[in-house]
Amino acid sequence: MDSRIKPPMGHDNAWWWQMAEEGKLGIQRCRGCQSLRHPPRPMCGQCHSLDWDAVEASGKGTICSYTVLRHPQFPGYEYPLIIILVDLEEGTRVTSQLVGCTPEDVDFDLPVEMLIQEDPDGFKLPVFKLAEFA
Amino acid sequence: MPISLKNETAIAGIGLTEFTKHSGVSELSLAAQCIKAACDDAGVSPAEIDGLVSYTLDSTDEIEVARAVGAADLSFFSRINYGGGAAVGTIAQAAMAVATGQASTVVCYRAMNGRSGKRMGQGVSGEISSSDLIHWSWYTPYGMLIPGSWIAMIANKYMHRYGVTREDLGRVAISQRNHALRNPRAYGYGKPLTMEQYLSSKQIAEPLCLYDFCQETDGGCAILVTSAERARDLKQQPAVIRGVTQASTRGQEQMTSYYRDDLLSLPEMEMAARRVYAMAGLGPEDIDAACLYDAFTSEIIMQLESFGFCGTGEGKYLVREGALDIDGRLPNNTHGGLISEAYIHGMNNIAEGVRLIRGESTGQPAKSVEHVLVSSGVGVPTGAMILGQAV
Repeated sequence: MDSRIKPPMGHDNAWWWQMAEEGKLGIQRCRGCQSLRHPPRPMCGQCHSLDWDAVEASGKGTICSYTVLRHPQFPGYEYPLIIILVDLEEGTRVTSQLVGCTPEDVDFDLPVEMLIQEDPDGFKLPVFKLAEFA
Repeated sequence: MPISLKNETAIAGIGLTEFTKHSGVSELSLAAQCIKAACDDAGVSPAEIDGLVSYTLDSTDEIEVARAVGAADLSFFSRINYGGGAAVGTIAQAAMAVATGQASTVVCYRAMNGRSGKRMGQGVSGEISSSDLIHWSWYTPYGMLIPGSWIAMIANKYMHRYGVTREDLGRVAISQRNHALRNPRAYGYGKPLTMEQYLSSKQIAEPLCLYDFCQETDGGCAILVTSAERARDLKQQPAVIRGVTQASTRGQEQMTSYYRDDLLSLPEMEMAARRVYAMAGLGPEDIDAACLYDAFTSEIIMQLESFGFCGTGEGKYLVREGALDIDGRLPNNTHGGLISEAYIHGMNNIAEGVRLIRGESTGQPAKSVEHVLVSSGVGVPTGAMILGQAV
């Protein structure tokens, strides 16, 4: 069976996918200046600290932008595929997928909530649904 | 004491292969053919080449090229990263090398079996951990595998905020197709495009449809850079490099700079504009024609704003009044561009900039063309260049 492309993983991102595996949406936090950053990086661009930890996001946010992918259709994905940028209430932004609605339902600024989707092969990733359908 | 590159160097030769969907030859063969053609165009022997510059994405090593074309000693070779963002960057490298005496005859090349060989947007995965592959990890698992999907996210936000319509994108596609109708090299030659066709074409990554996308092409294009002084004595009318720069700025990602405060402009292109205008001592009012990088139609409208041809959110008005057409304020991609001539990663747009300066474009405007603006890839670390008449 075809499944989605798995993320290349290394020191700087594997922990985020491990949090997803545990059902959480992670945000990297600098232990030097407490600023949140995403996508994660090994050094804080403001205070240059190498120390960081991760906080669990509330999973609530609003749609900053979106696109509906229709073609070409790759194995392991369901089309039309709605991709969204989410402004999380913590202040960082994340790229994800909107599920549980049709392309006609999606619009800018709509509130969304995170859920963990588990693929048939057991891979887990954070996706979002419209808050009104929550 | 810093050296200004203004008017120090010139493009003395351009060379192309045929543009096809299936070349039937190696990328090395395409590279050798276009480099030989650029030398012939300039009236320079390939044995005189002492510098080569290409893209990191190009599969053909400089030393393979040098042996193939019979170049002798190379004192300068380099590569620029970030796909089409490299286009003008290769010229910047060549100009620096020539202006500082590292080399005297530098050829920039890009040769690709872009349709029959490795196509764009195949995704990346596996237990690998370069910083670039980690970057893609935020997108590929979600199904964002093609360049159009990455650009659509920015295009949609921009269009929503400023009331840019699909018809506006269609106007860009049709304007460039109309240019291609005059250009026998172009994919779009003999293939007119109507707004009805545009609007009814297949949706790929909303709001982008089939005709918003550039071509996929097999072909090569080479650009020969030498000193402005020497170029005056060569075969062709030189296209003097008035200003050239690379540009990457805060929050820069490759195609997915989604985490900046606002997603309504192209900060790296604005930086390129500031620097190239400053170096050339020119402004948007001095630019007579342009070859703005056009992997996607939406990028043209946004760049009109980045380069100061109009105010923020006003790019759509320029497009609606026909500014990009052959008789418009800013005839743009008069060969058809990446959308309707060929996708040689922006190198063919540089070649067209040179033709416009020479007065040899198949889409040559009736007005005098003193200065042409050329840009590199959009949504990636990029660059810009202003070409001018010999001084």
